[in-house]
Amino acid sequence: MKDKQPLAAETVKPPQKFTLISGRTTKQGRALHRGKDSPEYLAEVSTLEMNGEDLEEMELGEGEEVHVRSPEGQVILYLRKSDELPRGVLFMPYGLPANILISADTRGTGMPSSKGIEVEIWK
Amino acid sequence: MEVKDVICPFCGCLCDDLKLTVEEERIIKTGKACSIGNSLFLNHNTDLASPGVNGSPVSLEKAIDQAVTILTGAQHPLIYGLSSASCEAQRKAIELAEILGGSIDSTSSVCHGPTVLGYQAVGEVTCTLGEIKNLSDLVIYWGCNPAESHQRHQARYSASARGLFTAQGRKDRTVVVVDVRRTRTARTADIFLQVRPNGDLECLQALRAIVKEEKLEVEEIAGVPVKALASLAERMKKAKFGALLFGMGLTMTSGRHLNVGAALSLVSELNDFTKFIIMPMRGHFNVTGADAVLTWITGYPFAVNFSRGYPQYGPGEFSAVDLLARREVDAALVIASDPVAHFPRQAARFLEEIPTIVMDPKYSKTTEIARVTIPTAQVGIGAEGTAYRMDGVPLRLKKVLKPLYPSDEEVLGRIIEGARRKP
Repeated sequence: MKDKQPLAAETVKPPQKFTLISGRTTKQGRALHRGKDSPEYLAEVSTLEMNGEDLEEMELGEGEEVHVRSPEGQVILYLRKSDELPRGVLFMPYGLPANILISADTRGTGMPSSKGIEVEIWK
Repeated sequence: MEVKDVICPFCGCLCDDLKLTVEEERIIKTGKACSIGNSLFLNHNTDLASPGVNGSPVSLEKAIDQAVTILTGAQHPLIYGLSSASCEAQRKAIELAEILGGSIDSTSSVCHGPTVLGYQAVGEVTCTLGEIKNLSDLVIYWGCNPAESHQRHQARYSASARGLFTAQGRKDRTVVVVDVRRTRTARTADIFLQVRPNGDLECLQALRAIVKEEKLEVEEIAGVPVKALASLAERMKKAKFGALLFGMGLTMTSGRHLNVGAALSLVSELNDFTKFIIMPMRGHFNVTGADAVLTWITGYPFAVNFSRGYPQYGPGEFSAVDLLARREVDAALVIASDPVAHFPRQAARFLEEIPTIVMDPKYSKTTEIARVTIPTAQVGIGAEGTAYRMDGVPLRLKKVLKPLYPSDEEVLGRIIEGARRKP
């Protein structure tokens, strides 16, 4: 079930380590009432926000696809530049893609770690 | 037709001043709702669920009969959701869990469950939202972003609310945001402290030490300069009425209930100097009700199991994500929730393997995998019912449209009747 394979040797640039936070956005909240298959919802929950300097350093641009991997699984997301985030921190809205990256280990509390997840990303 | 003083069934703010324009049993316009509430009301009739068993349409009666068969045939069924249902329906769900000898858990376990654990360890200095509106001169948002998730909270109850002793609203208050991100809420704050991810516990404990006039021998705590923390501590002690409002920035990060416990302790200790309160920003409109109803019936707020004939409490043991990830249940009844869309994949995936029954007004990711779908009326639109606002104030939601299907309360009553008839 868990995807813990080593990184693909053919990766052009080495994956970079980031800390991922998932959370509510207004767009996600609005779109979920239109249906979780609506284009607005799917677009919003497949978005990954990144600091502008990190984007530049990784030679990535807004709207570009990026691979994101945690110890739990791997997804492809679409980048959005954010001036809210410090360097090294990523944000994505709650939704099915985020759930693939989140561990079900609640450490005895019932609550999964949905924020502060260590991930690797590459182009 | 215009319906006034409608309560919004989206978030824990339970804004009670909405206007709805209704034509031919459809809501066509909202007044005063936030953009999320507006979307909820205007999309009330899209993606409506219909009764189904194994993907085939059936009558409501057949769907309920099938639910009874699955639940009574299970050794350890899980009842989950509750937070978007009325208190009356929650009460019925608990009765059913007791009859079945199963586990019952609400969405609280994946939002402010750690807050409840903090309450049980430390206690809570609280008040109503009205008191924050009328009295507060210092509002601290810690790990929450009401500008996006509780859009009218600031205007109605906190940062810019005009009240008895806060006639000038925002001008009468200092607003502080502590967060990892410079969020939309942070951009309008007077003071923003940017904390490193998973660094909240260190910051909160440092603040407690500073309040107690301990000297810290470091320059920075989790990315925040100690000078800034000292200045905040001083401001907190000097406030006439301070309010610390917190979100999942504390409950979903490393430390979880320990973060909340530290925040609760900090606020308790500040009451040696001034009046200070703390309140979680609750998400689902009746998640506070789910905690309250479960507590007054079973003694415990979430993650309750009835397999021994009496309620047992077990966060991490009887909480939904844990039960599913460890494959410890053999049937599930999901009430007004979409765990397939919101649980970690490992837990969500198990719902596909066991017979899952969903009671929901709308199709969702969970109805897609459900063996049985039972459509119900949405509380606050097609059914009336009681809900608890995030400050614990109970409010009565209206029925504004004629429903196509019965309420959660009625359906649960029929499942209970069926379960009682089974040997």
